[in-house]
Amino acid sequence: MSETGTFFNELHGPSGDPRRPYKEYSKWFEGEDLSRLRKKSQEAEQFFRRTGITFNVYGQDEADERLIPFDIVPRVLSAREWDKLTRGIDQRVRAINAFLHDIYHRQEILRAGRIPVELIANNDAFLPQMIGVSPPGNVYTHIVGTDLVRTGEDQFYVLEDNARTPSGVSYMLENRETMLQMFPELFSKIRVRPVQDYPTRLSRSLSACAPPATSGRPVLAVLTPGIHNSAYFEHSFLADNMGAELVDGTDLRVVDGRIAMRTTEGYKAIDVLYRRVDDDFLDPLNFRPDSMLGVPGILDVYRAGGITIANAPGTGIADDKAIYSYMPDIVEFYTGEKALLENVPTWRCSDPDSLAYVLDNLKELVVKEVHGSGGYGMLVGPAASKKELAAFRDKLEARPANYIAQPTLALSTVPILTKAGLAPRHVDLRPFALVSPQGIDLTPGGLTRVALKKGSLVVNSSQGGGTKDTWVLEE
Amino acid sequence: MLGKTAGGLYWMYRYLERSENTSRLIEAGLRNALTRPASSTDEWSSILDATGVRQTFLESNDSFDQQKVVNFLLRDTANSSSVLSMIEAARNNARMVRTALSREVWESTNEFWMNVRTALSRQVSDRDLPAVLSLIRQQNAQVRGATHGTMLRNDVFNFARAGTFLERADSTARILDVKYYVLLPSVSHIGSALDNVQWENILRAVGGQSSYRWLNGPDISAMGIADFLILDSRMPRSLAFCAAKARANMSYLEKEYGTRHACHEQVEALVGRLASTTTEQIFDAGLHEFIQEFLSDLARLGSTIESDYRFYG
Repeated sequence: MSETGTFFNELHGPSGDPRRPYKEYSKWFEGEDLSRLRKKSQEAEQFFRRTGITFNVYGQDEADERLIPFDIVPRVLSAREWDKLTRGIDQRVRAINAFLHDIYHRQEILRAGRIPVELIANNDAFLPQMIGVSPPGNVYTHIVGTDLVRTGEDQFYVLEDNARTPSGVSYMLENRETMLQMFPELFSKIRVRPVQDYPTRLSRSLSACAPPATSGRPVLAVLTPGIHNSAYFEHSFLADNMGAELVDGTDLRVVDGRIAMRTTEGYKAIDVLYRRVDDDFLDPLNFRPDSMLGVPGILDVYRAGGITIANAPGTGIADDKAIYSYMPDIVEFYTGEKALLENVPTWRCSDPDSLAYVLDNLKELVVKEVHGSGGYGMLVGPAASKKELAAFRDKLEARPANYIAQPTLALSTVPILTKAGLAPRHVDLRPFALVSPQGIDLTPGGLTRVALKKGSLVVNSSQGGGTKDTWVLEE
Repeated sequence: MLGKTAGGLYWMYRYLERSENTSRLIEAGLRNALTRPASSTDEWSSILDATGVRQTFLESNDSFDQQKVVNFLLRDTANSSSVLSMIEAARNNARMVRTALSREVWESTNEFWMNVRTALSRQVSDRDLPAVLSLIRQQNAQVRGATHGTMLRNDVFNFARAGTFLERADSTARILDVKYYVLLPSVSHIGSALDNVQWENILRAVGGQSSYRWLNGPDISAMGIADFLILDSRMPRSLAFCAAKARANMSYLEKEYGTRHACHEQVEALVGRLASTTTEQIFDAGLHEFIQEFLSDLARLGSTIESDYRFYG
């Protein structure tokens, strides 16, 4: 695949002129001095270090805290492009919530034969403890971070739905903050829709999902696994910006049928818990008994309406990679409409014909573990060596149901600033949608992840990816 | 506020204060070594006493060699009270209580950690030592400045300040305790002037040498110094000053929460005892005994605060 021919370049149209959304930015960029911009780029790194916007890398004691590289060239989307995405995400998120309610109640979709029963029954992400439980307002996924990739002017695909505890929103906010500090003149020239009110929106949205037991203004708290968690910075950032307490399991216990936190004045009940702890670790009495991160008995309090847990336990069944391939059917089943956002074509390796196809075409495909995340346990066929291909072939044959495969998508590129000037790199996009009984609220922007290595299609920060500020134009 | 957060803040500011106090002690020791090389080994050994780490030091060292002591006090991670350990711990706590701190306090703490970690990444040469010690003081001042300039004067602030003053009182009392014999009228010293260098060291260790002169002129006496460090409420590192400040922090919390705890009784008793005594009485009853009692009251107050405000589960 050649660098220029096959990939959609978001900056330049086929004629070589900047595409419409980038016109103003390009004009500004041409008047800039490259060495000044390089210096700005280093300033940004200093800024991130001082602010402590770092993430911890598991299993790497040396590099205990690392920065995610930030690139100063924004990724720009037009109002029209954004509207289209908004409609698509809105539809998809509505469908996911309807699906979750159904799957934990009457399971109409299974009765209708639209998705196979075994996919639910044999799935670890399905929580029997949630059967018959209706969360306040029937909201299951209070926060969704839909991963999108683009391959052409009008082709966006959903890569993953991230309905459990999507992370990265603090980067959306800090990236913008950094850009505002470094290039104020740009923002007076170009009207970019603001993202800064996300924490307020989040707080409002979570408050609207308070449980029946709430009296007065809902008390919110963010539950973190602790300061050694890779996303701890984000947890404290969000708590801080919402004016909510940041708690861990040791601060909490059940008091009078509520989940209460130990304060300087005694135990105080929490109404809405934005948890950044996985289902498995949430409640040692109901799930993993060895978990030190959760609260014994929280699930019982939850079921009795004593607390709202966001996102609800058991939402993982909706973003499971095996379920993913059924999303177009799920959207249609619950909304009565055709899905506005496309799915990436997906082969389920559990199916023998698909497996045979995948094995024959391994070199062209991306193969993912059904339960994997963060780019671990993934094979990118075109970039893999003979040895890696052979090793993966063995894994596939041993446990086919553990994998899905997708074509290698021709991810669009956005330029980054390199020593030699601008150079195209592949990107994806994760916008953040908030769900409450009042509706779905999509913050105009998101996290653009960028593969910094030339030609690389892997954007994950754990695999050497960086981030960019994402601009949605007012127009 | 979470009990954990209150505890995290209180200890964060104790750690910061301790890092500063240790760097001041090293500075005093260094000064002594430059002016009176013969007695410097004793001086380093007494500094280890004042920081309470003599035992740990002797586990891995066999002489009170300046290089070794300074390295141990500054950057040895086996020493949980070393400046580096303290700053790591303070920054760790700051991360834990991040939501209670203003952005500027967090950033200055983080910067403190980054700069000092770089400066202490290898053994500090004698030549670089003064600059490193002054860096530690400056960075500490920056956090303190950010704290004063940007933090709400609420329970957060008062827990933080209570930590600062309990730690500072503890430090001044320990310095006095290690050095009290210098202030005692001994047979050989009766009628003679106090050893100038000795008392200077004490004052230097608490950053009070010029303040003392300002207040007392050339009149240097054991009584004068004891009064300055114990009872003078103008001296920001004296026991009376720290106790009064801690009481103000505690009474804020009492008012804010509307609850009086055992710690309030204790801090008032502490302030009361300092107010109702004189230097003469302290010397009559024994300076060492007085300090020992003060230290144990202080420790008790610390642990009462911890349980009254539920720092731990």
